[in-house]
Amino acid sequence: MKGHLLSTEDLSRDDALVVLDTAERMARVAEASVRKLPTLRGRTVVNLFFEDSTRTRTSFEVAAKRLSADVINFSARGSSVSKGESLKDTAQTLEAMGADAVVCRHPASGAPHRLATWVRGSVVNAGDGTHEHPTQALLDAFTMRRRLGRVDGLAVTIVGDVLHSRVARSNVWLLTTLGASVTVVAPPTLLPLGVSSWPVEVSYDLDAVLPKSDVVMMLRVQRERMSAAFFPTEREYSRRYGLDVDRAATLPEHALVMHPGPMVRGMEIASAVADSARSTVVEQVANGVSVRMAVLYLLLGGSGEVS
Amino acid sequence: MTTNGSGQSWVLRQVRPLGGDAVDVLLADGVVAAWRPPGSTSPDSEGLPLGTTVLDTAGLIMLPGLVDLHTHLREPGREDAETVESGTRAAALGGYTTVFAMANTNPVADTAGVVEQVWRLGLDAGHCDVRPVGAVTVGLAGERLAELGAMATSAAEVRVFSDDGHCVSDALLMRRALEYVKAFDGVIAQHAEEPRLTAGAQMNEGVMAARLGLPGWPAVAEEAIIARDALLAGHVGSRLHVCHVSTAGSVELIRWAKAKGWQVTAEVTPHHLLLTDDLISSFDPVYKVNPPLRTAADVAALRAGLADGTIDCVATDHAPHALEDKETEWAAARPGMLGLQTALSVVMETMLIPGHLDWAGVADRMALAPARIGGLPRPAAEGWSSIAVGAPATVTLLDPSPWRVVEADTLASRSRNTPYAGRSLPGAIRATFLRGRPTVLDGKVV
Amino acid sequence: MASAAASDPASRRPGIARTVLSADDITRIVSRMAHQILEKTSGGAGVVLLGVPTRGVPLAHRLAQRVHAVEGVDLPVGSLDPTMYRDDLRLRGVRPLEVTEIPDGGVDGRVVILVDDVLYSGRTVRAALDALAAYGRPRTVQLAVLVDRGHRELPIRADYVGKNMPTSRRASVAVRLREIDGADGVLIVSPEAGLTGAAADPGELP
Repeated sequence: MKGHLLSTEDLSRDDALVVLDTAERMARVAEASVRKLPTLRGRTVVNLFFEDSTRTRTSFEVAAKRLSADVINFSARGSSVSKGESLKDTAQTLEAMGADAVVCRHPASGAPHRLATWVRGSVVNAGDGTHEHPTQALLDAFTMRRRLGRVDGLAVTIVGDVLHSRVARSNVWLLTTLGASVTVVAPPTLLPLGVSSWPVEVSYDLDAVLPKSDVVMMLRVQRERMSAAFFPTEREYSRRYGLDVDRAATLPEHALVMHPGPMVRGMEIASAVADSARSTVVEQVANGVSVRMAVLYLLLGGSGEVS
Repeated sequence: MTTNGSGQSWVLRQVRPLGGDAVDVLLADGVVAAWRPPGSTSPDSEGLPLGTTVLDTAGLIMLPGLVDLHTHLREPGREDAETVESGTRAAALGGYTTVFAMANTNPVADTAGVVEQVWRLGLDAGHCDVRPVGAVTVGLAGERLAELGAMATSAAEVRVFSDDGHCVSDALLMRRALEYVKAFDGVIAQHAEEPRLTAGAQMNEGVMAARLGLPGWPAVAEEAIIARDALLAGHVGSRLHVCHVSTAGSVELIRWAKAKGWQVTAEVTPHHLLLTDDLISSFDPVYKVNPPLRTAADVAALRAGLADGTIDCVATDHAPHALEDKETEWAAARPGMLGLQTALSVVMETMLIPGHLDWAGVADRMALAPARIGGLPRPAAEGWSSIAVGAPATVTLLDPSPWRVVEADTLASRSRNTPYAGRSLPGAIRATFLRGRPTVLDGKVV
Repeated sequence: MASAAASDPASRRPGIARTVLSADDITRIVSRMAHQILEKTSGGAGVVLLGVPTRGVPLAHRLAQRVHAVEGVDLPVGSLDPTMYRDDLRLRGVRPLEVTEIPDGGVDGRVVILVDDVLYSGRTVRAALDALAAYGRPRTVQLAVLVDRGHRELPIRADYVGKNMPTSRRASVAVRLREIDGADGVLIVSPEAGLTGAAADPGELP
């Protein structure tokens, strides 16, 4: 296997478990008095972000720096990228800079796959269009495992704009690979037509699913979807698919509420639920660093060949 | 194959017309002059015109020169991607003797001036006949009719009109266009794509699009327009041609329209006969095309439709694109694939070898039917419809036996966007004759 | 995604394996080392045992058990994974990370004894010293190894050695412990005759 992390769809169960186990070790590092490791000294990680995402970029940056990698932030804004430079030219520039890994966020699905054919280094998909966001799914699985002790056998419900969600796609593949049973809940307009081929249950009725859920993952719903007639009004969406206090009360005692962020409070999730004890929103951020350290270590921590 | 001099006359020794029994065929004065017993002809045989060249064409299949109803030559406007010269060179190497050049150039071929310019460039290049397609609407904008009559009566004698690349989506405008071209026996070639259903679309809507997170191009966007246009054509009694049919549902609709007795014809591209949307998992934009690659079930229905004549012909939709328009992320890439130099091989692989068509059927779908639909001038049309004695010597010779690995860099097109690179395809064009004059010999442009 | 691969050099190499220490030998050696530790640290005062994974960890636990049996003292035992501090990571595929478990009370001001199975180039120990520094500042750091096979590449020596075992660089030493391998024993695996070059894997560091 070439050293890239482009999707969770092609991640084997063993590989996924290695990432989670390694992330667990990385999380321990955070407990040491010196949290910096020399592991990736002399390696260069480029954060190539064609979309604004301070959250994800910062998470990768912290992860790389904890492992002593040199980090270059290369954002589309203010660079030649915004002046019409092609992705391929950018790739060649990064190549010339000696990037060992490129962490790529791009509004076009598949852009990191293209990038991976043009650079020698490892490519990590940090979110591509409406395709995948593998490290988000890995950190979600990691969070579930830390809180509930396992992923295998969990009933996970993913609610919201599945059609446009890279987080949903990556989670569907990863969680089912790890043995969870996944239900997606959305208005039919916000589910892809091909969802019937996914290894998931589909429901249009959130109330029916919540009492059986160990984890409920709320996806962001962008208000501009309304203008394209995906649903009539924000109020109607919120009533049918929002996680308000009353709905959250129907969850089992142990159930987690997750959100990849950024949240639209009052739309898909009520503030009181987002801030409740069952919410993992804050620790998802910390876990994100551990998971990304694990990914960078596994991609860059060796000779590049599997021994 | 050997040549021993250049003459006005040629003998194709032991060639197999339409894959049948071998015969010696004499091409002289631009026509098929005689069929002689196989192997009986040598350079000093009696009755040959002075300077006749005898070609050893044993084992080669002779077909009428291929006709492509759907070629993008990109000139004027994108000469970096293709020119009339390079595109028709590719056409000749692919066995084509006529190509219909689509109107979506820059400027758009929506006036007599532009279509005549393209037509003259074709004459100058001389690799094959170039028949310009006129735009249906001014600037392909879908708002008002272009001067269809002026293009029809120009030197280019335009008979096929299309906004290809764009759908004439306005039902009233489409009705008017269908009616209007009856005056000069024109045909509207519709790019069937309901634009509201394909806003932002990137690939076939279905299982793969759901996986890859690419906005879907639903089959219904094509089928809805085909159904509407068939009804319109039936209503006003006009000729409708459906470009690049890509779905199983479209085949059914066209079958239905033909059963009604309406004048509806259709084409399918080689790539829709062979490739499916699961190739897109690589996100390589070489597989991006409009209409998009569909599923294996669609491919099967298209093959069956072409076999039973529901789909009348194969058209390449040869669409060259410069590297910078393809070496990008998927969404930024332009849709389209090269097709001229691989079309016959793909049809062999998908139709001939599996037994859906014989050589006569291939000749019909790739030469005779498109010539009829395109309204080629009568003598020529008769020529194309026959390789019998007296017909124009416009023929293609191919060796059916070799398999070759397609290499993008060796294609004649200025562009490299072939989806078949690295793939092994059957057959090789050895020679192409246009009215008795070779445009390709020994697999090379003359 | 690259997989981290665990590998036991001795088990996947062709060669001739020879048992050099039996289970009983190991028991006696561990017992002796426990006595030496007690002697050298004045009864184990302030001692923390940190095993270097994988086989250093059960060895550390065995030493603690012997110390307890002899003196009734309970020494804190933990593990310290030096992997991310190694200087030879790029010489082969990604190494899987092991557990680091610092006992409650930490290492500040303690006598930390690092425990490993085989001492060879010294690079693992160097990495472990760096790893240890991230968790605090011990008063003293000592090293206990079951086997010292020589060939040091760094100025490092062990304070407690179970058995000095001069070996060829081309041979490998395999320590088997029942907690991990089901049975105790130490083997020397020599490369097969005629395969001298093949077995000399430069990436194969201890």
